[in-house]
Amino acid sequence: MSAASNPVTAMQLGLQSCEGCGLLSRPLSADGEGRCPRCDEELWFRKPASFQRTWAYLIAAAICYIPANLLPVLTTTTAAGAESDTIMQGVVLLWSPTGWPLSLIVLVASIMIPSAKILALMYLLITTQRGSVENNEQRIRLYRMIEFIGRWSMVDVFVDTFTAALIQLQPLMSVEPGPGLVFFAAVVVFTMLAVESFDPRLIWDSASTKEVSHA
Amino acid sequence: MPEREPPLPPVPESRSVPKKRTRFSLVWVIPIVAALVGGWVAVTRYLSQGEEITIVFRSAEGLDAGKTKIHYNGVDVGTITKIRLSDDHRSAIATAQMAPKTEEFLVDDTKFWVVRPRISGANISGLGTLISGAYIGMEIGKSKKDRDEFVALDTPPVISGEIPGRFFILKTLDLGSIDTGTPLYFRRLQVGQVASYELDRDGKYLTVKIFVRAPYDQYVNPNTRFWHASGIDLSLTANGLKVQTQSALSILIGGIAFETAPSALIPLPAEANTIFTLYSNRTEAFNPPPRHPQIYQLIFKDSVRGLTPGAPVEFRGIPIGEVTDISAQIDLKTFEFSVPVTIRLDPQRLGVKIFDVGPDVNLETMRHKLIDALVSHGVRAQIRTGNLLTGSAYVALDVFPGAPQATVDWLQNPVQLPTTSGQFVATEATVEDIINKLDKMPLKEIGDNLRKALADLDVTLVSARGTLVSAQGTFDNTSNLTGANSSQIQQLDETLKEVSRAARSLRVLADYLEGHPEALIRGKKGAAK
Repeated sequence: MSAASNPVTAMQLGLQSCEGCGLLSRPLSADGEGRCPRCDEELWFRKPASFQRTWAYLIAAAICYIPANLLPVLTTTTAAGAESDTIMQGVVLLWSPTGWPLSLIVLVASIMIPSAKILALMYLLITTQRGSVENNEQRIRLYRMIEFIGRWSMVDVFVDTFTAALIQLQPLMSVEPGPGLVFFAAVVVFTMLAVESFDPRLIWDSASTKEVSHA
Repeated sequence: MPEREPPLPPVPESRSVPKKRTRFSLVWVIPIVAALVGGWVAVTRYLSQGEEITIVFRSAEGLDAGKTKIHYNGVDVGTITKIRLSDDHRSAIATAQMAPKTEEFLVDDTKFWVVRPRISGANISGLGTLISGAYIGMEIGKSKKDRDEFVALDTPPVISGEIPGRFFILKTLDLGSIDTGTPLYFRRLQVGQVASYELDRDGKYLTVKIFVRAPYDQYVNPNTRFWHASGIDLSLTANGLKVQTQSALSILIGGIAFETAPSALIPLPAEANTIFTLYSNRTEAFNPPPRHPQIYQLIFKDSVRGLTPGAPVEFRGIPIGEVTDISAQIDLKTFEFSVPVTIRLDPQRLGVKIFDVGPDVNLETMRHKLIDALVSHGVRAQIRTGNLLTGSAYVALDVFPGAPQATVDWLQNPVQLPTTSGQFVATEATVEDIINKLDKMPLKEIGDNLRKALADLDVTLVSARGTLVSAQGTFDNTSNLTGANSSQIQQLDETLKEVSRAARSLRVLADYLEGHPEALIRGKKGAAK
């Protein structure tokens, strides 16, 4: 842990950086609420109640993740009868000597990424709240990755809804989204909100305070 | 926020610290709501799951875990979730997840079966399963006892429990062409079907379960007779050829017919599951039951060709019994061949009424007296040909006044009745008699007379020819009179032309008068100028 990675933070100097335009300003009130003089963005030292909100969204996502995987996401009705498939059943269905790459995509995008996101955010929250100073760079890289990947998880939902909208050959075949899809969409939205409400600056706060207390 | 209190002396100011936002944030509502929704979904999913049952199938062919549905009246009431082999590897055990609120269906006598395309003589069913794959049909039982382990039927039941009607049981020795689904006819109207059949445990009889639809089930009463209406019933007896059929369908696939013997009293409809006998044909079905059968033996010395067990025994043309057995015997002393024929007489069964039977009259002694009297009057048994075409014979009891004296020995068992030689022997004698008479006929004289008569006829014919020629002349004259060139016809033609001209001028006059009515008074204008 080099000293360069633990510089004095703006908050320690009583300054706020604007999240919109990056301008440093001194807050008027002591509790730090105000607006950026340049871009009129709301200002705060750190995102308000970041831990709480992130935890709340994360727990909501984790709860929704269970029905998302247990309930069918797609109901296919053909002359042969109706058939409801969960995400995992879809993966199994697609798994064939020729179709395995597709199956793998579904597995990664729909099952592994959402769960990885939830687990990664939990790791970030726990380590940050405990004031860990280890692996700061790795943690911020993890955070950026989560933030980047997050929006792509919605692909699944879109594919499903498109299929449902397109395949409506009523007497012969029709595809309808199942209740699992709603929960899956909720998982994606909640993880995105959780990532959004997490303030990555908190990662360094503990390191900086430690540095300061050292100094 | 600490509050300031001005009247007090200067006190140290509290430090203003950036507020830690540790208070409960509204954002926690989101996971709570998510948890509630998730919990609600879980609860409804759990509640929407009905009972789990197991069904044992002989073969799970066409069944697919997770896909095969259980249908009741076309409604999806469950899904097969798991199929595994039974422990003895002989059957397949399927676990099915039933829909909610189906618990009351799952009772002791609820039946399950696999619906596959089936084609039988009478119908084709389950064609839809060719596309959709097999499904499991069910019939809800009436029992109140719950059950969750079932054994599937091998074949779907023919009759659904929903159709009103009643089951009856038929006992038969021979199944014939009966199968499940074989139609049941009442006056050639199809009123039911065979539901099932099985061999009795002792192997003697077959039990056929039939279903008669309401309202026809009320016509089944204790007097009803059932018989095989399979195909064409062709019987050739001493009484001739008899053909009986039901509908064209029953000719192809067989059937069962029933009818009730007409009687003065209409009995109450039979209870469900009443046992009836299934007769092999209509005649047998309506044969009245034996009343006072008596066995007698007749010993014939001539041929019994054409006589079969079942052949009628008639007394002066009235059937009073039937032949039951025919055998043969040889007397070793005289080397005489004879045929003992056993007959069973039951006149009362065949409708012969006996008048003035007192309550204390012993029928047995009366019968002995009667037969003794008949025999002494010359009543003998004789074999007669009933049907020249088929050669089938019957036993006739008739009066032969010239017959030698005979008596009946009532100590024998069976009692022998005296016989007389058959009709054939008698016929032979008659034929011989006729030939003798023919022989004595004066054939030569007849021939001479005939020749003379023919010569006379020749003369007559010649004179007839002359008459015919003169008749021809007369006809010719007539024809000249009316011919096309005769003067009468020409005159007639002239006269007709005159009339036609007169008619034309009359029409001209009429037309003119219509245009100029005044001409009647003033005369024709053109003529005046």
